[in-house]
Amino acid sequence: MRPVLEIENLRVGFQDGTAAVRGVSLKVARGETHCLVGESGCGKSVTALSTMNLLARGAKRSADVMRFHDRDLTRLSDRDMARLRGDKMAMIFQEPMTSLNPAYTIGSQMAEVLERHRHVSRAKGLERAAELLGRVGITAPGMRLAQYPHQLSGGLRQRVMIAMALMCEPELLIADEPTTALDVTVQAQILRLLQELQRELGLALLLITHDLGIVARMAQRVSVMYAGQVVESGSAEALFHSPTHPYTRGLLACVPIPGKTPRDQPLGSIPGVVPRIGAGFAGCAFRDRCTHAVAACAGTIPRRTISTEHETICTMAAA
Amino acid sequence: MIEARDAYRHFSGRTGMFSADRVVRAVDGVSFNLAAGGVLGIVGESGCGKSTLGRMILGLLPPSAGDILVEGQSLAKLDRRERARLIQPIFQDPFSSLNPRQRIREIVGLPLAAQGSVSAAKQRAEVMDMLVRVGLPAEMAERYPAQLSGGQRQRVAIARALVLRPRIVVCDEPTSALDVSVQAQILNLLADLRRELGLTYIFISHNLAVVEHVATEVAVMYLGRFVEQAPSEELFARPRHPYTRALLESVLTAEPGIPIPDVGLGDSYPDPANIPSGCRFHPRCPVATARCRTETPIGPRPGGRIAECHFAD
Repeated sequence: MRPVLEIENLRVGFQDGTAAVRGVSLKVARGETHCLVGESGCGKSVTALSTMNLLARGAKRSADVMRFHDRDLTRLSDRDMARLRGDKMAMIFQEPMTSLNPAYTIGSQMAEVLERHRHVSRAKGLERAAELLGRVGITAPGMRLAQYPHQLSGGLRQRVMIAMALMCEPELLIADEPTTALDVTVQAQILRLLQELQRELGLALLLITHDLGIVARMAQRVSVMYAGQVVESGSAEALFHSPTHPYTRGLLACVPIPGKTPRDQPLGSIPGVVPRIGAGFAGCAFRDRCTHAVAACAGTIPRRTISTEHETICTMAAA
Repeated sequence: MIEARDAYRHFSGRTGMFSADRVVRAVDGVSFNLAAGGVLGIVGESGCGKSTLGRMILGLLPPSAGDILVEGQSLAKLDRRERARLIQPIFQDPFSSLNPRQRIREIVGLPLAAQGSVSAAKQRAEVMDMLVRVGLPAEMAERYPAQLSGGQRQRVAIARALVLRPRIVVCDEPTSALDVSVQAQILNLLADLRRELGLTYIFISHNLAVVEHVATEVAVMYLGRFVEQAPSEELFARPRHPYTRALLESVLTAEPGIPIPDVGLGDSYPDPANIPSGCRFHPRCPVATARCRTETPIGPRPGGRIAECHFAD
């Protein structure tokens, strides 16, 4: 089956010469969760934003393939893209307080989505909004519709954001750190909700996170990003049970697992910092921090297949 | 080493021009006793009062009632300089806790300068020694915070906290703003420094996996109280309070194939200005009964274990 979203060789550069995304390829199928994981500055959010064509002015985007179903996103006019955005392709962000308009009620903001994309009446929009608020587990939706964002707790606001993203029955949902600002108990509730909705609606979910715990529990497919590249990708099973790239392995060693990680020993850590990647950067961006680095790491490193759909960019994988 | 005796901190304020005074019971009767060299991990959700308690332990907020003592002496009786020599803070955000207009050596040296009795030469020597201990190269001394990465900045904050050689360090979410690979470096550094310098830590965090790794003693805070408190291994192996169990279940470990737990806490959120009657956790508790709505479970359980639940045994 053809994936809902297909990206090949995405490149994004900024005006100051920073290469934020350097040849990212990924696919998300219907009903599948694809996690894009990495640390701050690795380009995961820029990848998401460029898919929605929401990059800041001055950013340059190019891709060999960037397709939503059979529509070529690189050729879409701004106007056509605006029609697609919030309709069949929706996105939710980390901080719901900054993505909701503080001056309008929840109901008015939710209904507007349907008015704009489906040209239906306000009353119809509010009806659908109430239905979806109920669906995302908000009790007394009628009361919530009349409230303003500041009257809601963080967990409720994020539920509202999810409900709003579902107004037009999207086929692709991009969620950028949707639970990072929330408490752990609320995080579990929101993630369960996303999973349920996905099963029910057959959503293709592109989930962006820095949290390997979330990746392990949510993803069918994972792409690990480092310095603008996907350094390793594969099924969640493959990534967690046989991680290949030293960066993936390093990341996994950094997070303690209660009851399993020995308490009196230091955690694994990755020395050094992420290099700044300008134009013309060559070789593996991780080599300065890698304990396995050899001379060949400064050259061009081809992408290699380890097993079915498990790929990495590392000289070690050649051996 | 450090002790809290039934400490309270209430705030009052009006929310609007015509509304009645609202009393926020941020810290609502907390007691603990931590031996030298120990690490007390305080966990809880946002708004549970853990940071207010941290500020009380630092002596920045006097308790409304009760007392906090260091080596048997009430914090209220110490002056600012004496307190600074005993207790120092490390905060969450190394981007806002460092003055952007000062060089690193000035930032780290400030606590020494504020003591007013340390010579310039000695200050410089102490600062350079501390920078080495926290793993920063000497040339960083002349730089400004903006020139450093997040992890390096948090090392500067640690150097500043330790330059007076305090006995106690209050770490309030010290790694929450950092990337996972950097978080591990900082946690390892804090563990090394504790061993080398014989420090005692109060470690405030919402991340249970991190607390489990660093703490010797763990307190679970809910609406201003320690609803459960126990040695770390005991608490993680045999949680007694339903809130502790819910928190532990919510930790998403990096193990694939395990479903996301249904912690069953519902969608009512705790409000410290409106603390429920009886057991303060009962509106969210999956095992609450009629008794929990009226009768407050307070005080240690048989065996000295703190778990404020009628069904903890």
